[in-house]
Order: sequence, then structure tokens, then C-alpha cells
Amino acid sequence: MKTQYTLGRWTAGVALMMLMTIIASCARKPKTAQRGDIAEAAIASYVAPGDLDEYYVFYSGGQSGNVYVAGLPSMRHISTIPVFAPYPGNGYGFDNETKAMLGGYTWGDVHHPAMSKTNGDYDGRWLFVNDNANDRMARIDLRDFKTRQIFGPIPNVSGNHGSTFVTNNTEYILGASRFSIPLPKGAYASIEQYATAYKGVVSGMTVDPKTGQISMGWQILMPPFDWDLGASGKGPSDGWAFWTCYNSERATGKLEVTSTQRDRDYIAAINWKEAEKAVKQGKTKMLGGVKVIDPKETPGFVFLIPCSKSPHGVDVSPDGKYIVGSGKLQSITTVFNIDKIKVAIDKKDFTGNEDGIPILKYEDVKDAEVNVGLGPLHTQFDDQGYAYTSLFVESAVAKWKLGTWEVVDKIPVSYNIGHLAAIEGDTMHPQGKYLIALNKLSHGRHLSVGPSQPESSQLINITGEKMKLIYDAFTEPEPHYAQIIRASKLKPIEIYAKEENKNPNAIWDVKDANITRNGNNVVVKMTAVRSSYSPDKIEVNQGDHVTIHVTNIEQTTDELHGFGLVDYNINIVIDPGETKTVEFVADKPGVYAYYCTNFCSALHQEMQGYLLVKPKGGVASAAHSKTAAAAVAGGVE
Amino acid sequence: MTESWLEKTNRFFELPLQLRSRVLVLTAAVLLIPSFLFPLYQMTLYSNQFPDGLVLKIYSYTLEGGHSSNRDDLREINSLNHYIGMRPLLESDFSEFKWLPFGIGAIALLGLRAIAFGKMSKLVDLVVLFIYFALFSLWSFGHRLSQYGHVLDPTAAIKVKPFSPPIFGTQQIANFTVNNYPGPATYLIGASLVLMIAALMLSARQRT
Repeated sequence: MKTQYTLGRWTAGVALMMLMTIIASCARKPKTAQRGDIAEAAIASYVAPGDLDEYYVFYSGGQSGNVYVAGLPSMRHISTIPVFAPYPGNGYGFDNETKAMLGGYTWGDVHHPAMSKTNGDYDGRWLFVNDNANDRMARIDLRDFKTRQIFGPIPNVSGNHGSTFVTNNTEYILGASRFSIPLPKGAYASIEQYATAYKGVVSGMTVDPKTGQISMGWQILMPPFDWDLGASGKGPSDGWAFWTCYNSERATGKLEVTSTQRDRDYIAAINWKEAEKAVKQGKTKMLGGVKVIDPKETPGFVFLIPCSKSPHGVDVSPDGKYIVGSGKLQSITTVFNIDKIKVAIDKKDFTGNEDGIPILKYEDVKDAEVNVGLGPLHTQFDDQGYAYTSLFVESAVAKWKLGTWEVVDKIPVSYNIGHLAAIEGDTMHPQGKYLIALNKLSHGRHLSVGPSQPESSQLINITGEKMKLIYDAFTEPEPHYAQIIRASKLKPIEIYAKEENKNPNAIWDVKDANITRNGNNVVVKMTAVRSSYSPDKIEVNQGDHVTIHVTNIEQTTDELHGFGLVDYNINIVIDPGETKTVEFVADKPGVYAYYCTNFCSALHQEMQGYLLVKPKGGVASAAHSKTAAAAVAGGVE
Repeated sequence: MTESWLEKTNRFFELPLQLRSRVLVLTAAVLLIPSFLFPLYQMTLYSNQFPDGLVLKIYSYTLEGGHSSNRDDLREINSLNHYIGMRPLLESDFSEFKWLPFGIGAIALLGLRAIAFGKMSKLVDLVVLFIYFALFSLWSFGHRLSQYGHVLDPTAAIKVKPFSPPIFGTQQIANFTVNNYPGPATYLIGASLVLMIAALMLSARQRT
């Protein structure tokens, strides 16, 4: 008996140990689960040397002010497009043109890139990006992957976060002000007057259909909430745009607490076609130089839909029928139906108003609450009728079916996913296949690089029933959203054809290189070609204003030339067939070399010249000059 | 009594051209027209950086590099050649481009003349002139290419041994594999000459 008892204890002990092992392995389980099937994943993301990726990914670069271009499925970073910040790598922000475009700003905060669209699908012409920091927008021409316009600061906007959202045929780029301020910008009101004297705005920027030029359209005065993210409608919701907001409490101070007291915030539904009509009918007033419509005075085109509190993303399904809003502090995402919204508006079935803007009844316009999981933020779509919602708190992506609202799969990601991007996943015709999880934290998923950690970007195969993680990539800070487009939709040029260069200062023959002087102004027309500059010396007087127009007369892919002027902080890179201009005052006397910065040829190192700046008060030969000798001696000491 | 050699020759020159000879000469003359549409000669330079090859085409009247939206081959070839001190290939440097089209036109017209006169002497003139013209043109181009390969700037960054590019074949020059071959226009002109010789022989046989 005693033995049996002991045996029983033994068995219990072993069972307990086994249980503990199971618990321990459970605790470690997510790590193995995230590794996926290695061989399959390797093949799925492998792009052999010389082969090309199938898709372009355009990542916003957050506070770097850049846009990053990667290939998919390889996830290889291919190039960086500087937008809001100088970028010495390709001389951006040093030549006259880009310097003027930057307008003295040295950074921007790129959050939401948006591809230009035709009939609700990406047309591959332009990429628009916002600047959350200095209230601007920019247009990147996808013909040459260059920033061609920076628009702004947009009047009346404070924190241009809720942009850029492009309407179905790129009629407008829509945006909203994240912060509310007294308007027009520059006006003062104490923080105690926040609820009444501060205002938000939604902006409609027009786009020239031929050139892509962004111009100011109109603005709509909104209650002083924090307007967050938007989406433009399509199909039955075409003509509408939607924005989430937080802090409908109109609170100030520590918003973490003060703005999270109510159970619901709102999604604003704005009929931009009606807004356009109101502007045409002159129902506007000028504010900060912009035609502004006040929905209190011109009702009927702005409505508020209650949404679970502190929502972040709002996304429209490919068929345009459903508007998906996610309250980031909840475990559900809410699906609203555009038909129900329209009916409710027609019936004027409102529960109240905010500053004269009618509030629709949640139950009237809601189709479903989908149990996606903790902290839903953004939703993307595939070609099979599924939606994918990122779960920040849970660090996962939930896959659910439109219509049945059933969550069919969930995959953990590493870690704290913000946005997610599927292939053409916000258009009328998503392409399925892959999804990228844009995670905020990478937490040691890479070789350690110290405390400043990169962001993590994970590739997920969504072709099967189960989502599969296939690749971890890391990007510089800090991608928020991304756009993924079929590579076949883009046909970038790789040189600027000679015939296309209309710059009046372009020269195409080394024999045409020249230096002209007009008073204190020295103008140099220079050629750069393997492996020399013409002229190879520029003589000026101290204090001269020097303008150098450099034309790269190459007509071959990848034959870039740089022009770096030593000690003068000048650095430009000129693409084949391009002309760039730098201007500076030659205030430092002496001799300064200029050289090619972008490795071009076997004799790249020899590609150099001299800027000779004659000192004020005449030239003394350096060898015999006492001052020069003294300067040298001084330097030695 | 036997004819003197001179009489025999004279009679040969007086021979009428048969219809089939005239048809052949007409065909030969017509073949010359499309020769303006095609290059006489094509050089293709392959390297690691240019797996598709830099292309240079020489027409009877001009020089043309391969041209795509991303490359101007003639400009590229000249850029590269300057390292070995070769003169840039310029259309204006080729006197051939002035007289060659004229010569080809003249041959075609002389063909029509031979058909109109219908006499062996005119065809003999034509064939002799044609052969002379063809050989002279070949020599002229060959000489010019060889000049490009031999008259190199002594101050060039890269010293290479003067060379004659092959008229027909492949050569390795530094990192480039250079393929030089006659183009369709050369074959058209060659075929034209062959047809004219054939026409001459056909009508010559009737004598016996």
C-alpha cells in the first residue's frame, strides 16, 4: 500500500512537472509560431540575383521626411525618395530648385502616402504624401521618382495628420487638421476657451489632372476635436469622405485621460461633392486666405457617426459599401453601411448635434461589430472578400470575412502593429497575395544596434486560408502607412533625354562651357561627363556671388555625377541629362577643390577642379605672403 | 578568214541584251533602293555593364547609335572611346556619307540606261564601274575605321596598341567584345552586283 501511495505521489509529481513544461512551452510558443515554415517562406520571398520584384512598396518615412521604396516579395530596400528634408545622398535640398521647394524647413513628418487614382484604382502617376509636422503636402512624380512639388504650409491646418487621401479620380487630395487651434492660424485664444474658440478643419486640395499640380481648394470648419485619419469613398460611397476623431470631449491638458471619458467618439461623413457645390455657390467666407464653408451655416453635407471611443483608422471596403471604423481601446471594429447612412440622413434621424453638425444614430447605420481583438487600428482588403485588421495592443492581424463578419484567422506580429498594407489594398480592386505589417516595435528581432532601434516590417502571405509570416525587414524611422502597387503599372525613365532638358542654362558640349562675369556676379555653365568637369577651374574674387549650372551630358543609365565643393558645404548630384544649379557667395578666400561625389568611372577620382577665390585687397603669392605664412604657422600652433 | 580579236570584241560589245538579262538588271537596280533603309554595317559592343550590347549602325548616308529611352549608344561609345584617345565618331567626319548615296543612285540609273540601250557595252560599263565602286567603298570604310583605331590621342588616359577593327568578325577590345558584321544594305548591294554579273553572262552565252 505504501509503495502504491508513493507511486501515486510520484505520478502526481511527474504530471505536475509535465504540466509546468507545457505551460513553459506555451509561454514561449509565440516565438516559434512567428518563425513560420522556414523553407516555404524562404522560397516565397526569394528573388534571385538579376530577377525583379513583382511589386513596389512605398513606405512613408515618418519624421525622416523621406519615402522609402522597396521591392516585394524580396522586401529589399531599393531607394529613398527625399521629400521634406535635405538628403545629401542625392544632393536634395542643396540645389536652387529643391532648396526653394523645401522653403527653409529641414524636416517633415511623412505619414500617409497615397497613390493617384483613376476610377478608384492606382494609376501609377503620382504619389502624394503629407507632412504632419509643418502642415504640407508633396507630390512625387513616379515617372522619375522625384519630389516635384511641396505645397504648404496649408493655411488653418495644425498637424496635417489626416491626409493624404485621394478621391477616386484624383479630383482632390483630402486632409484634416489633427490639432484644433484658434483660426486663422496666428490668432490667439487661451486654452480655457478651447471648446468654443478653437476649430478643426477638413481641407480639399485640387489636383491638376495633367500635371498633378496641387492647389488650395476649400476648407470645412469642424468642431475642435482631434481629427485623425480618413478615407475617401468609392462606388456607392463615391463623393463621400470619412474621418475619425478623438477628443470629442473637447478636453485639454493630459488627453490620455481627459479625452477618453466618453464611450464614443465620432466618424465624420463628409459629402465632398456637396462641399464643392457649396463653394461654387459662394457659400463660403475667407479665412486665412482660404474659402471656408461652415456646416452650421450651410448644413446638409457633414454628419457625425458615433464610433467606439478614440478611433484611429477608418477604411472603406473595395465595393464602397462598408465603412470600417476601429476604436483603438476596444476589441471590436465597427462596420457601417453607406446605404443605411444615406437613409438615416434622408429621414433626418438624428440624435443631436455638435456645433450644428447632426449626429446619426449608431444603431441605425451600423451593420456589424466584428470581434477582431484588442486595439484594432487599420483595415485593408484582399480580392477574396476578406478584410485584415491590425491589432496594436494584441500585436496581431485579424482576418475576417465581409458580410458574415466572422473572424477566420489571426496571426501574431512582432510587435505592436500600426498600419498594415495589402497590395492595392485600399482601392476598388485589391490584388491579394501579400500583406505587410508595419510594426512599431522590433524588440530584438534583429542584430542589436543599440537603443535606437529600427522599425519592423513583416511580409505575410495571404493567399491561403491561414496567413503565413514569410519575412522580417527593418526600416529606418518611421514608416506609418505604405502603398503597394503592381510593378507593371510604373514605367519610370532612367535618364533625362537631351531633347527633354529645357533648362536655359543647359549646355551639351564641353566646348560650350563658359564663365561670365557681370559686376560681382559670376555665372558658370559647366558640363560633367566621364571623367571631367568643364571648366576645371573657376577664378573668382572674394565676395563674388557665384552661380554654377552643371549639366550632366551623359545619356546612359546610372551615369550620375556629383559636384561637391570642399569646405563650402555644397553637394549636388546630377542625373544623366539633368541640369542643376547651385548659388553661393565666395566669402572664403583661398583655393577649394570641387570633385565628383558619385562614383562614375575608372577615373572618377580624377574628376575634379578648383575654385580659386582671390582674397580681397589683392593677391599675394602664397609662398611669399607673410600673412599666409603666419596663417600656416597659426594653424600649426 | 578569221575575225580579228578587236572585231570579236566589238561584236561582243554590240550584242543585244536578252529580255531575261534586262529583267535581271532591272531587279538589280530595284534591289539598290531598299539599301537606304538598312545599315551597311553594324558594330555591337558587349560587356558586363551592357549585356544587350552598345550598337552602332553605319548607313550609306549616316551614322546611328542604338537609341532607347534610357540610352544613347553613340554618345556612350564616344564617351568610352575618349579614354583610349579615339576621335569621337561624328557624321561630319565621314566623306563617304556624301558620295556613297550618289554612287548607289548612279549605279541604279546606269542599270536603267543599260536596259534602255539594250547593249552589252552598257552593261559591261556598269558592272566594271559597280565593282570599282564597291571595292573603293570597302577600302574607304575599312581605311576610315582603321584610322579611328590608329590615330589615337597620345595624351589619352589609357594607352592601347593601335588596332584595326575587323570588317567581319569579333574582337576583344579592353572589357568589350566587339562584333562587326556587314548589315542588310551590304548584302542587298552585293546581291545587286551578282545579278548584274549574271545578266551579263546570260547574254554573253547567246554568241555561240
